[in-house]
Amino acid sequence: MKVAFTTSGSDFSAPLESRFGRAPKFLIYDLDGESFEVIDNQQNLNAAQGAGIQSAETIARSGAKALVSGHCGPNAFRVLAAAGIKVYNTNAPTVAEALEKFKAGKLEETAAADVEGHW
Amino acid sequence: MILAIASGKGGTGKTTLAVNLAHAFGRPLQLLDCDVEEPNGQLFLPGDALVEEIVTIPVPQVDESLCDSCGECGRFCAYHAIVSFGAKALVFAEMCHGCGGCAKVCPQKAIREIPKRIGVVEKRKSGDIVLLTGRLDVGQAMAPPLIRAVKECLNQNMPAILDAPPGTSCPVIVTIRGADFVLLVTEPTPFGLHDLKLAVDMVRELRIPFGVVVNRVGSGDDRVHVYCRRENVPILAEIPDDRRIAEAYSRGNLIVEALPEYRDLFADLAKKLLKAGNGGGG
Repeated sequence: MKVAFTTSGSDFSAPLESRFGRAPKFLIYDLDGESFEVIDNQQNLNAAQGAGIQSAETIARSGAKALVSGHCGPNAFRVLAAAGIKVYNTNAPTVAEALEKFKAGKLEETAAADVEGHW
Repeated sequence: MILAIASGKGGTGKTTLAVNLAHAFGRPLQLLDCDVEEPNGQLFLPGDALVEEIVTIPVPQVDESLCDSCGECGRFCAYHAIVSFGAKALVFAEMCHGCGGCAKVCPQKAIREIPKRIGVVEKRKSGDIVLLTGRLDVGQAMAPPLIRAVKECLNQNMPAILDAPPGTSCPVIVTIRGADFVLLVTEPTPFGLHDLKLAVDMVRELRIPFGVVVNRVGSGDDRVHVYCRRENVPILAEIPDDRRIAEAYSRGNLIVEALPEYRDLFADLAKKLLKAGNGGGG
């Protein structure tokens, strides 16, 4: 299974980005193969609107079935839910710590968007 | 003649100019308040709202029993207003520009368009002036379709003044497109000049004859005047920085009524505009 993390960097030591739609990058980690890829999200970082929707689409296309981020807005949540992607919010400072918590089952699945659009 | 009043910077005096100029023409005319996010022309031209017309835009509605999640609609939409990938299409109506493209490209014919209210056009009469006001509903983001609806009410046989929103983005373009002449209102400040330059670039791009009105002259410096001289842009009127004008405005009074000494200023401008409109000058 693949898990997506929002980040501003390119490896596990990088900070976990608190925003989803306008996260600079997504780190997609494959739990089974223990490998990862980084997807650039620059285009949505600068989008006038629809960043959350487009980012959710990117996550869905990456094949990830879970998203770990700081926060998730309503439009993004609708798309993620429709695509069957589970959302986990955490304030873990780095991708590595967020991954550790995820693996340990310490993150709780979010049932709804936790912030307004354009927060 | 259709005259549009625009500005780059907000708060330079577009509405002040529009309502006073409408009065100064001294003949029946239409004033279209196209600043649909914050229309305020009616504060200066009171009159009962005669007609209120609801404006809608078409937004997609997906028949989920027909949708096979092919994703064509989402790939077509430039605004991410409809999304579909491996799941039934999801509609984000607040982002929809109402183009109808998703319904056209859907191979399953699963999308039909339904009307979604975005605001109203109010029509009222104040003396000789017919005031058409576009009013966007709170929470709506799509000003251009409402502005187009206001402009569709325009009677071509009667002169019209269009009060544009500030800025140089889509709502302004929609407003001034098709106008015979554009008046750009600015103030003699660094910010005023910065945004005037953007506005000048915009009207030049649209190839509409234009002139400048400098408001609050005496409050800043001469940088706007220097720029206009250098660029050969005619300054058609200068409104002085007079506290009494601001006071009249704050009470919802017309300058031409509250301060008669300014009547000539607006009347002269009206004359210049009629000349420019007839001769195609600018």
